[in-house]
Amino acid sequence: MGINQVNRDIPTKYADQYGVYDGEFTNVKPFEAATKHVQPVKPNETKLLASIHDAIVKTGLKDGMTISFHHHFREGDFVMNMVLDEIAKMGIKDLSIAPSSIANVHAPLIDHIKNGVVTNITSSGLRDKVGAAISSGIMANPVVIRSHGGRARAIASGDIHIDVAFLGAPSADAYGNINGTKGKATCGSLGYAMVDAKYADQVVAVTDTLVPYPNTPISIPQTDVDYVVQVDAIGDPDGIAKGATRFTKNPKELLIAEYAAKVITASSYFKNGFSFQTGSGGAALAVSRFMRQAMIDQDVKASFALGGITNAMVELQKEGLVDKLIDVQDFDHPSAVSLADNPDHYEIDANMYASPLSKGAVINQLDVAILSALEVDTDFNVNVITGSDGVLRGASGGHSDTSAACKMSMVVAPIVRGRIPTIVDEVTTVVTPGASVDVIVTELGIAINPNRPDLIKMFKSLKVPQFTIEELRDKAYAITGVPAKIHYGDQVVALIEYRDGHLIDVVKNV
Amino acid sequence: MERLRRTMMFVPGANPAMLRDAVLYGADAIMFDLEDAVSLKEKDTARVLVYSALKTFDYSSVETVVRVNALSAGGRQDIEAMVLGGINVVRLPKTETAQDIVDVDEVITAVEKKYGIPVGTTNMMAAIESAEGVLNAREIAKASPRMIGIALGAEDYVTSQKTKRYADGAELSFARNYILHSARAAGIAAIDTVYSDVDNEAGLRRETELIKQLGFDGKSVINPRQIPVINGIYAPTVEEVQKAREVMAGIREAEAKGSGVIAVDGQMVDKPIVERAERVLALAKATNMEVD
Amino acid sequence: MTNKQSATAGTTESSDIMITLKPNQQGIQVELESNVKKQFGEHITALITDILQRLAITNVKVEAVDKGALDCTIKARTIAAAYRLRGESDYEWEAINSWND
Repeated sequence: MGINQVNRDIPTKYADQYGVYDGEFTNVKPFEAATKHVQPVKPNETKLLASIHDAIVKTGLKDGMTISFHHHFREGDFVMNMVLDEIAKMGIKDLSIAPSSIANVHAPLIDHIKNGVVTNITSSGLRDKVGAAISSGIMANPVVIRSHGGRARAIASGDIHIDVAFLGAPSADAYGNINGTKGKATCGSLGYAMVDAKYADQVVAVTDTLVPYPNTPISIPQTDVDYVVQVDAIGDPDGIAKGATRFTKNPKELLIAEYAAKVITASSYFKNGFSFQTGSGGAALAVSRFMRQAMIDQDVKASFALGGITNAMVELQKEGLVDKLIDVQDFDHPSAVSLADNPDHYEIDANMYASPLSKGAVINQLDVAILSALEVDTDFNVNVITGSDGVLRGASGGHSDTSAACKMSMVVAPIVRGRIPTIVDEVTTVVTPGASVDVIVTELGIAINPNRPDLIKMFKSLKVPQFTIEELRDKAYAITGVPAKIHYGDQVVALIEYRDGHLIDVVKNV
Repeated sequence: MERLRRTMMFVPGANPAMLRDAVLYGADAIMFDLEDAVSLKEKDTARVLVYSALKTFDYSSVETVVRVNALSAGGRQDIEAMVLGGINVVRLPKTETAQDIVDVDEVITAVEKKYGIPVGTTNMMAAIESAEGVLNAREIAKASPRMIGIALGAEDYVTSQKTKRYADGAELSFARNYILHSARAAGIAAIDTVYSDVDNEAGLRRETELIKQLGFDGKSVINPRQIPVINGIYAPTVEEVQKAREVMAGIREAEAKGSGVIAVDGQMVDKPIVERAERVLALAKATNMEVD
Repeated sequence: MTNKQSATAGTTESSDIMITLKPNQQGIQVELESNVKKQFGEHITALITDILQRLAITNVKVEAVDKGALDCTIKARTIAAAYRLRGESDYEWEAINSWND
């Protein structure tokens, strides 16, 4: 073992431990689901505790355990910092943390790493400061980057065993019934947190909105929750909706979106009952605006939209152009409101969204996915985790999951960003293998993966400029020049798991 | 066949990112602005930046135009740099008289001679932005063989007329018609003013339909988002394209037979009809319609 | 020719570069701050140095704050800063134009 199927050299130590990527579905095999320890609650016992400190004491959290968090509050999350600060104060060390992702707001984590409180991390993403710190080599053990589906798989299969999950709850009753649609800091779907609640030995609900029993609707039920703690604030509503979803006026993003919409509407998938997923980037979001007109003009309605739900999708559904919204996470406030009010807007967990080892994830039913990328290479491999300088700053998200499962996966990206080429010889880090990626859409035109001759034929007369991926790379390099190779150190700072748990790449210190 | 000039997009000369991206958005012409979009103290940096962009980026799919400063305000240096950079058209703002054009023509000629560029390579157009300019439009349009078009600059014009822009455009009625007549009499293009309310697509649509009806070749645009709207309005209908194809087929047939008189669907086809058909097909091609 | 103490051209907007030239005892010394320093730092430094040498500016300290500028922008900003430093407004276009060959 060493070189994997996307030509990445995986150090033997990690190759032996995890296995290396050898195909999209090679390792989708029967397995025994993980079990958990349950401490039953008797009548007259109470779950309500006075503080996070008390919850840490009650759960018996000690050195070396694994705790988890969800990232539904995105840049507005207070919970992870609050809990880790308290843990640090109590002198507990050597913890593994397994948040569903890590945001800029979690920069205090850097000190907890340096002080030995946190010694292992698994996450979908690592943003600016935390990413840069990890890339500089502050951790002895590499961070394990998992996709959303991959994390659900790892929890369900026992690769991640959560001792205590600290789950921010926009509203909860004193007996632990939780939803994300009521309260002071609503985030809508709790899709990622639901997996933690189901498999963790102990679950602590942290809420700033304690409501009378029973709190409905029930996203996470009392049967999965051990303790409830009330705090002043669990999140900042502005941070929850940050950045994601304003409709872009950037002409380049609009042009990319227009091309992407032309590809979709010219495809054989675009017919009554089709389904789609869009990311939250400017161009990806704008695609739905252009698709809307084609749907009206050609009287085509979608059966469902999946995500990552944004207001753009909510509006399509209100117009009757989309039957149902299937929702693992919400990117803005209107989406959270819609989840609360609209019976055809349905909350699912990450296992159902994207796990390769579930009894069939929703992405397996998906026609078209529109995704973004930091880099794409001439093998169609996609990088969404490191900058072209080699520094960790992105997130794996659902990229490799949806790309592998849907019928046509599209990556929308500008050909260059400033002086950074997007289409390159070799991506800095592989997150999604080229085998999963079908069409690249840039402002100059599209490139179709040669492993999809059916699509090449389908789009033969499409009125969008078409190039080979090598031609797009040449156009990018003609603008920026050819970037020099990055000089890495010898320390592995992150392992990039493919969704099946095998390693598709590693990231070294820089 | 003359060039299409449906859309002429302003690009501030001081903005590197826009210089790089300007060519993407489907404008027939892009107009680098060294005049009002560039502050007085950055005239030197913008000039060399646009020169460098002209030498670097592939603008071959569009007509390149530069709005230079008045000759007394750096225009000579602008012209030298731009002509050397290979600009297609020098656009003189605030043109008042035919002499303004003659003066610029002389500067261009001197630069072309200095650098061994065939005299006459660089075209010119004039922006007319005052009552004086409008009334002299006829002479301005014919002031130089370099002239390929005249454009109305309405913002300064309405101010000089002691009025402002209104939705129905009545205040521009005389200027538009006079400029259009002057351009047509000289056999050059007529370009309408910008529509500055970028978010008002309905308003842009109304104004473009009006100026298309009058006979203008197109409009100046200040935002890429306006381009598909204007190009869309100039796109011919399927019926118009069909008719034009029949006319052209009739001509080819008549030529093959050596017949002098051409009729399509029992109607005589004369020169104006042929010209209109050619223009319809050119517009259709530019809007990606099937024409063959 | 009235040499100034220092001169600046360009901005810190995205895709631009701000070039500041200051007196230096000996040689051309480039201090580059750039988000693409790892990928293009050496190239950018060499390009700025080359332009300055062509303009016969030999002793100068260059502070370059790069926001992802392309070569044509770096070239234009360096030329403009150099002429500003020399206090000249009439460029030697013929010479500049010959560098493209």
